[in-house]
Amino acid sequence: MIELSNVSKTFTLHNQGSAVIEVISDVSFAVASGECVALTGASGAGKSTLMRMIYGNYLTQAGEIRIGDLDIVQAEPRDVIKLRRDVLGYVSQFLRVVPRVPTLDVVAEPLRAVGVSVEDAEARAKALLGQLNIPERLWSLSPTTFSGGEQQRVNIARGFARAYPAMLLDEPTASLDAANREVVLSLIEDAKARGSAIIGIFHDEAARARVCDREIDVSHFTPGMAA
Amino acid sequence: MTPLLSVQNITKRYGAHIGCADVSFDLYPGEVMGIVGESGSGKSTLLNCMAGHLTPDAGQVVFDTRTDGPRDTITMSEPERRMLSRTDWAFVHQHARDGLRMGVSAGGNVGERLMAVGERHYGDIRDKATDWLGRVEIDAARVDDRPTTFSGGMQQRLQIARNLVTGPRLVFMDEPTGGLDVSVQARLLDLLRGLVRDMGLSAIIVTHDLAVVRLLADRLMVMKSGCVVEAGLTDQVLDDPQHAYSQLLVSSVLQV
Amino acid sequence: MNDYNFAYLDEQTKRMIRRAILKGLAIPGYQVPFASREMPMPYGWGTGGVQVSAAVLTPEDTFKVIDQGADDTTNAVSIRTFFQRTAGVATTTATRDATVIQTRHRIPEEPLTEGQILVYQVPIPEPLRFLEPRESETRKMHSLEEYGLMHVKLYEDISRHGHIATSYAYPVKVEGRYVMDPSPIPKFDNPKLGEMAAIQLFGAGREQRIYALPPYSQAVSLDFEDHPFEASKADHPCGMCGAVDSYLDELIVDDAGRRMFVCSDTDYCEARQAAGHKGKDAA
Repeated sequence: MIELSNVSKTFTLHNQGSAVIEVISDVSFAVASGECVALTGASGAGKSTLMRMIYGNYLTQAGEIRIGDLDIVQAEPRDVIKLRRDVLGYVSQFLRVVPRVPTLDVVAEPLRAVGVSVEDAEARAKALLGQLNIPERLWSLSPTTFSGGEQQRVNIARGFARAYPAMLLDEPTASLDAANREVVLSLIEDAKARGSAIIGIFHDEAARARVCDREIDVSHFTPGMAA
Repeated sequence: MTPLLSVQNITKRYGAHIGCADVSFDLYPGEVMGIVGESGSGKSTLLNCMAGHLTPDAGQVVFDTRTDGPRDTITMSEPERRMLSRTDWAFVHQHARDGLRMGVSAGGNVGERLMAVGERHYGDIRDKATDWLGRVEIDAARVDDRPTTFSGGMQQRLQIARNLVTGPRLVFMDEPTGGLDVSVQARLLDLLRGLVRDMGLSAIIVTHDLAVVRLLADRLMVMKSGCVVEAGLTDQVLDDPQHAYSQLLVSSVLQV
Repeated sequence: MNDYNFAYLDEQTKRMIRRAILKGLAIPGYQVPFASREMPMPYGWGTGGVQVSAAVLTPEDTFKVIDQGADDTTNAVSIRTFFQRTAGVATTTATRDATVIQTRHRIPEEPLTEGQILVYQVPIPEPLRFLEPRESETRKMHSLEEYGLMHVKLYEDISRHGHIATSYAYPVKVEGRYVMDPSPIPKFDNPKLGEMAAIQLFGAGREQRIYALPPYSQAVSLDFEDHPFEASKADHPCGMCGAVDSYLDELIVDDAGRRMFVCSDTDYCEARQAAGHKGKDAA
């Protein structure tokens, strides 16, 4: 489902003497449907960078990143947008929303974007928010004022609102208590069972051991870090 | 898939000074594109060339019309172009005063486009105007009030209602949130997002506010000195800018 | 005759105005610019109408002037005298005897016939002006037939008053093309504009515009489907002649505020009285 071939990434800092920083070179791996792969490696090894490249958030300088039929490295913006809407979900570490939008609408939005009716989208959103223990009295409020942990759970609810064929999870269990961590892990297991191909970053080793089928150490592909 | 708008090599000079130079891009149905750049970068010139307010010195602006398919709007006759701008196009000005008739009631402002395309039933026009006031969160009881009695945010929302009442497919916006309070901006952005999604609108938004494009635009073009220096997916351009100027622009924004 | 050129204006000026009139007749409802001259009366006193009258008068014509329907008001009397002195034409107050009638704010009650010319004095010829102050824009709107704005004005009327409150200078669409301001005639007169046997000429002196309706032109008053045009008048008979079908002026006749309604068309009213019709207030 997700396939990387000889992928490399550099940052060119034009405003700092045009310094060129090589962050990742020559990554190749594949993730099949129903499989969950963990990216590991020390802080700064480029785990998040690689994940952002797969999402199309960072530009890739060389190689090919195939998700389904689309090579995201060469794709037009509108194809990437379509892919993100229909195929590729992403749970980032930070919630980014329009101020003032109620939590319920934030979670329902990915469903509304693909034409699900208001009623069905809200029903799904309510179920997820309930599952993730967000008190019902908060649903009509904007999540911008929520605590870090609450925001993270809203973010997860939004990310899991749709059954994406491929998912990227950046620290989905960080800053969660045991009960909510359990909910998230079971959501991941459900997604796997449905056939989602998942790439995740988990600092939580127990979580990693439980949901991941394989680990890929990104430091092998980090120039200056490997060896 | 046919692009809704295909801009090809648009160039506009003001004497020796370059307004915008050799700009090309395709906009597909349902896409929202942001154009950012500092004052004088040519983004407003480009917008006005596309919307038919300025005649470019070179280039084509091909719009996929409902009846005749793709047509170059620069060479089409003025009546046709003006008809487009009343029906399939909308233009939201930065200053609501430029886009509203300040001496005409809110209902009359919204109804004008309907009457311009031939609606002649007062009751229907008024019902539609009232419905649109509701959609932009203006109390229906204010349908007979003039926009002079409205706050800045309300005026801007009224301008949007006036523009969208004929169900356009393409909306040009020039700094739609400029000059508004931050809280009013947020409300307007949320409203615009909802309308864009529910009506399947395509939009081109000129702004210097990167937060606005991050929230509204799927794609982004960065302009400097009349030229497009970088274009791509909005979050990609903002999070991983490639051009020196884009990097400077992104790093210049104060983090809140 | 006297020291004036016939009908005051010089021949070149009259030719220029006639060309504008002919163009106006060729394009019914279209406002033709013309080089309006200084006349020996202030703007707003009918300088446009006077120039048009001067250009169409011939020595054989019989001239009538009415101001709000009346032949005997200052304005009507002085314009009539003006052409008596400068053109030496015959004058009359009888509508049917006149060949050229200059009018301010009314169309005579008696139907006009072929061979007659009705000249209107126009203060503001541009019907779109109140909502669109830019001349460049209103010209474009006329040329592209963009008349939605006209209905915005009527919409505003209904939203404010519950009905179309515009009661004079009510816009008409001419021959399905140009929207025209019929000058400040009451909307009661609007139905007479269309299909009229006489030639109708409109002159705006200050604004330097002439427009025209050839005989038997179509002139449709603008309206909404659910608020159709109505030619309204005061719901009374004339106090002097008892007419129920004429446009009435309201007069306050004493300090107690007693009111009386009389025909605004003095010739019509007098002719009816001479024929023996009598209203309830007639002496």
